[in-house]
Amino acid sequence: MSVPAVSIGALDMTFNAGTRSEVTALTSIDLDIEPGEFVSLIGPSGCGKSTLLRIIADLQIPTTGTVSVFGKAAHQARLDRDYGMAFQRAALFDWRRVHANVELPLELIGWSKEEREARAREMLALVKLTGFGDHYPWQLSGGMQQRVAIARALAFRPKLLLMDEPFGALDEMTREHMQTELLRIYGELGTTVVFVTHSIPEAVFLSSRVVVLSARPGTIHSIIGVDLGSRDEDTREHADFFEKTTEVREALREIEGDHT
Amino acid sequence: MRSRVETVWPPLAFGVGFVGLWEGAVTVFRIREFLLPKPSSIWEALLREWPSLRIAGWETGQIAVAGLVVGVASGALLALVTTRFTGFRDSLTPMAVAINATPIIALAPIFNAWFGLTDPRSNQAVVVAVVFFPVFINTARGLTQVETSHLELMRSLAASEWTILTRVRIPNAIPFFVTSLRLAAPLSVIAAIVAEYFGGPQNRIGPVITQNASFARYDNAWAAIVVASAIGLGLFALATLAERYATPWKEPVHHP
Repeated sequence: MSVPAVSIGALDMTFNAGTRSEVTALTSIDLDIEPGEFVSLIGPSGCGKSTLLRIIADLQIPTTGTVSVFGKAAHQARLDRDYGMAFQRAALFDWRRVHANVELPLELIGWSKEEREARAREMLALVKLTGFGDHYPWQLSGGMQQRVAIARALAFRPKLLLMDEPFGALDEMTREHMQTELLRIYGELGTTVVFVTHSIPEAVFLSSRVVVLSARPGTIHSIIGVDLGSRDEDTREHADFFEKTTEVREALREIEGDHT
Repeated sequence: MRSRVETVWPPLAFGVGFVGLWEGAVTVFRIREFLLPKPSSIWEALLREWPSLRIAGWETGQIAVAGLVVGVASGALLALVTTRFTGFRDSLTPMAVAINATPIIALAPIFNAWFGLTDPRSNQAVVVAVVFFPVFINTARGLTQVETSHLELMRSLAASEWTILTRVRIPNAIPFFVTSLRLAAPLSVIAAIVAEYFGGPQNRIGPVITQNASFARYDNAWAAIVVASAIGLGLFALATLAERYATPWKEPVHHP
């Protein structure tokens, strides 16, 4: 059996423990993600899905429980740069040209200038932004900026990609296009992806498994496997796709029902 | 982008119109020249007094520039140090804000006592003190007001605090810093002249203005003011130029 890409055991996350403003964000989370999987985390706002992603990234320390990434403690995985990360806001650096933004992680790792430039060109081709390397971020549209952010997150070929609502700020058409592009890149690189979203169709279209989280306290309500085979724009109109989105929607309605 | 001619010509036309109106108003309403001299009289005084005004401008300009350089450098440097050491920042920044609220010009006689009445450092110290705070406060703000997602990205890449300082905080602070330069440049000339009112050699702009005013030679006093504002404008133009070169990534915008 292979080492899971992400393994979470008996995880609890409590903010401001012991004070009046104590909030239990997550409780008894157990989740294993296999290498090569595309897993989405979905749930009502405040269910702690972003918190869970940040815990995997070691940007947040859980109150109790274990998190391992490729068999290492999350902290060590961060220091070893085992994952790349993309945020809702593209978080590009205004003062760096597009290619220099993509090169940033490589710079931190200590690659030579030639290696960095070659990889940046390759990554920009991958996200279909060839020829935009010398632009500044403000000269690009929101969708293009997000592609640069993805190119940056993947520049050093991490085996794991963590994405926190990366298409949340984009319009619907750009968003669907970006989803197709992400699947293509995922297919080409064979990366493991953990993807936080609040969009049901987005989760179903992209994922091999959809993890449905309930709110306050955040727990795993259900895990829905999705097998749509190879996906393209037509997939969004297939009966299987409707069936799965309905299943996820029902799960989310059940959660809402528990609270009203 | 608008052409250079288009950006230069409206303020130029306004300036010429303004001077024309001034000249006309003084003539038509028979305003006495010791209240408000005509621009043409000021111009004549400027040409007549040029040998001494040139020296005064040079002396005052040196004080302003020396104070500006030291003030800007120390403000930016201290901002860097305070951001690097959080504890230092928490204790120092409120103090800096408090000191900034006190009228620094009031220190001019004290500096005279410290450095000596005729030592240029007395006047330079006032300029340094006036210039320091806007630079320090603005630069510190630029170093600390960094987007959370930028910091998280750097942390996800296991970047050290030093790397975050050089790759994120300093570039983020550059626009703040150059904006403070544009504030500080004209301030330096104001501070130099006010400091000169409190003492120092008599061949500088400040004393030239007060002496001529006391002899009712208002045309000469105004000519000295023209020299002072030319120095201020020159420094401001340099600061604006620095801004354009220091932030090449900025969308081109027009400054007043």
